[in-house]
Amino acid sequence: MKILVPTKRVPDPYAKIRLTSDGSSIETSAIKFEINPFDEIAVEEAVRQKEALGCEIVVVSIGPPECEEQLRKSLAIGADRAIHIETAELFDSLGIAKVLKSIVDREQPDVVLMGKQAIDDDANQAGQMLAALLEWPQATFASKVEIANSKATVTRETDFGQETLRMSLPCLITTDLRLNEPRYVALPGIIKARTKPLEKLTMADIGVSAECSIEIVGMEQPPSRTAGRRVASVDELLEALRNEKGVAI
Amino acid sequence: MGKTLLISLDANDVEPLAAFAQRHGTAFDLLSLASRAPIDVGADTAYSANLKEVPPADSLVASLRSFAADYDLIAVSASMFGKDFAPRLAGALNRPMVGDILEIKSADTFVRPMYAGNVLATVRVTQPKFVASVRATAFGSPSRAGASAEQSISIAGEGKAERTSVSEKEAARPDLTMANTVVSGGRPLKDAETFEKLIGGLADALGGAAGATRAAVDSNIAPNELQVGQTGKIVAPDLYIAAGISGSTQHMAGMKDSKVIVAINTDGDAPIFEIADYGLVMDLYEAIPELLSKVKRA
Repeated sequence: MKILVPTKRVPDPYAKIRLTSDGSSIETSAIKFEINPFDEIAVEEAVRQKEALGCEIVVVSIGPPECEEQLRKSLAIGADRAIHIETAELFDSLGIAKVLKSIVDREQPDVVLMGKQAIDDDANQAGQMLAALLEWPQATFASKVEIANSKATVTRETDFGQETLRMSLPCLITTDLRLNEPRYVALPGIIKARTKPLEKLTMADIGVSAECSIEIVGMEQPPSRTAGRRVASVDELLEALRNEKGVAI
Repeated sequence: MGKTLLISLDANDVEPLAAFAQRHGTAFDLLSLASRAPIDVGADTAYSANLKEVPPADSLVASLRSFAADYDLIAVSASMFGKDFAPRLAGALNRPMVGDILEIKSADTFVRPMYAGNVLATVRVTQPKFVASVRATAFGSPSRAGASAEQSISIAGEGKAERTSVSEKEAARPDLTMANTVVSGGRPLKDAETFEKLIGGLADALGGAAGATRAAVDSNIAPNELQVGQTGKIVAPDLYIAAGISGSTQHMAGMKDSKVIVAINTDGDAPIFEIADYGLVMDLYEAIPELLSKVKRA
C-alpha cells in the first residue's frame, strides 16, 4: 500500500499576523514557518498506518525552495520519501488540486491523506477538488481512520455530530484536529531524515500549467473588539444587559 | 448575467442563501435537499429533493453535476456539509470556488476571512462560472419575499462511499449557528453532567444553544458538534455568554462577531475579557446558579 500526503508550508499558527504597509500581503519577515498543522496530523496518521500495516509514505509539497525544510520534517516524522514541486507561481485551490492530480497519476497511491485546510488561506477546498478530479470517494474532517481489506472506514465530523463512511480504495481523506497528536521528533530522527530521498520537480516536469482564478485584490485586518467594562455582580450584569443593550434576559 | 443556483441542506440555510443571492443581484433557483423548500424567498423555481438522508459527497455530486452545470453561480452555506460538498462540486465542474463569503463587493468580488479571521481578504474571481460558500451568520434574512414555482427533483447518485453509521441529531435546542443566544463553557465545567446542568441549563433558560471550547470537547465534557472556534462552528448570536473560557485565539475566531459578549471567569487577566462587553470576575459555579435564579425564562 502507498499513502500520498500533500503538505503545505504555512506561517506559524501562533504568530501574530500583521499586514504589509500596502495591505497586499501579510508581513512575513519576523515569522517562522511550519508544516500546516492539519497536514502534520495527516503525516502522523500515515506513519501510524505504516506502523500497523506496513506501507510506503510519499509526502509532496508545492512552493518555494524553503518548502524543503517542512518536507525534511515530514521525513523525520516517518515518511519514506518526498517530492518538491519548486515553483513561485500563484495557484488557487483548483490549481493546486490539478498539480496534485498529476502526482497521483504518477505515484498511483491507494490513499491520499491531507489536512482539511491550510491555516493561512483557510480555504478547505483542495482535498475535495482533488477527490472530484480523480473521481475517488472522499471522507473529509476525519477523527478516526481504519484501513483494512482494501477498505477505509472513517469517522468524520458533521454539523450534527459524527458519521462513519466506508470506502473502497483508492480514496481521499482529510484530517481534523482530533484525529491524533503528532509525535515529537528527536534529533536522531531529524539527522536520519537528511539521507532520505527528496525529489525536485518543476511545473514543466509535470506538464501542468499554473492556474489561479481567485485574485486577492486587497487585505485588511478587522477592527479589533475593545474591552467593555467589568461588572461586580450578577445583578449588575443583568441590569447592564437589560438597560444598556436592551437584552430581554 | 447568468442564473444562480442555491443548494440548501435544510431549512436553516435557506434564508441566508436567499439574502446572499438577492444582494448579489442575480435571479436564482433554490434546490432544497432534505426539507421542503420555503417557497417565499423569491426564487424563480424552488426544487425539492425530499431526501430522508443526504448521500455522501461523492454520490451527491455525481447526481447533481449536470443539473448544476447550467448555472453560472452555485452557492451553498459554509456549514460542515457545505465545506465537504461544495468544493467537490466545484472540482467536478472544473470551476474555481470562493469559500466562506462574508460580504459582496460586486458580482465577482467578495470579502472572505483568512488566517483564522485575523485578515479579511477581498478576492476577485476571474472566471464567469464559479462556486461559492456563504457564511450564514453574515447574511441574515432576505429583504424581499416572493413566490416560486415548485418542482420536485429526484436525486439518485451512485457513489463509492457508504455511510455505515450516523450520530443522532438532538433537536432539543436551537441550532448553534442560528441561535440568538449562545451559552458556552470551557474546561472548568469538569464533566459532561456538570456541563449539561450549568451550560445546558442556562442555555435552556434563555431559549438558546449550548457551545463549548475545544479543550472542553477534547476532555469529553461536551460533544464535538458544540465546539465553537476556528476549526469548529462560527457563531454570531445577539448574546454570547462565555463561562470558564479563557479566550484562545482559536475560540475567539468563532465568536468574536457576536453582538454582545459576556465573560464569566475567575481569572481577571484572561484574554476573553479583552473582547467582552461585560466581564464578571466570578466563579461560574456561583455565577450560573445565580443567573438561573434571576433570568426571565424564555
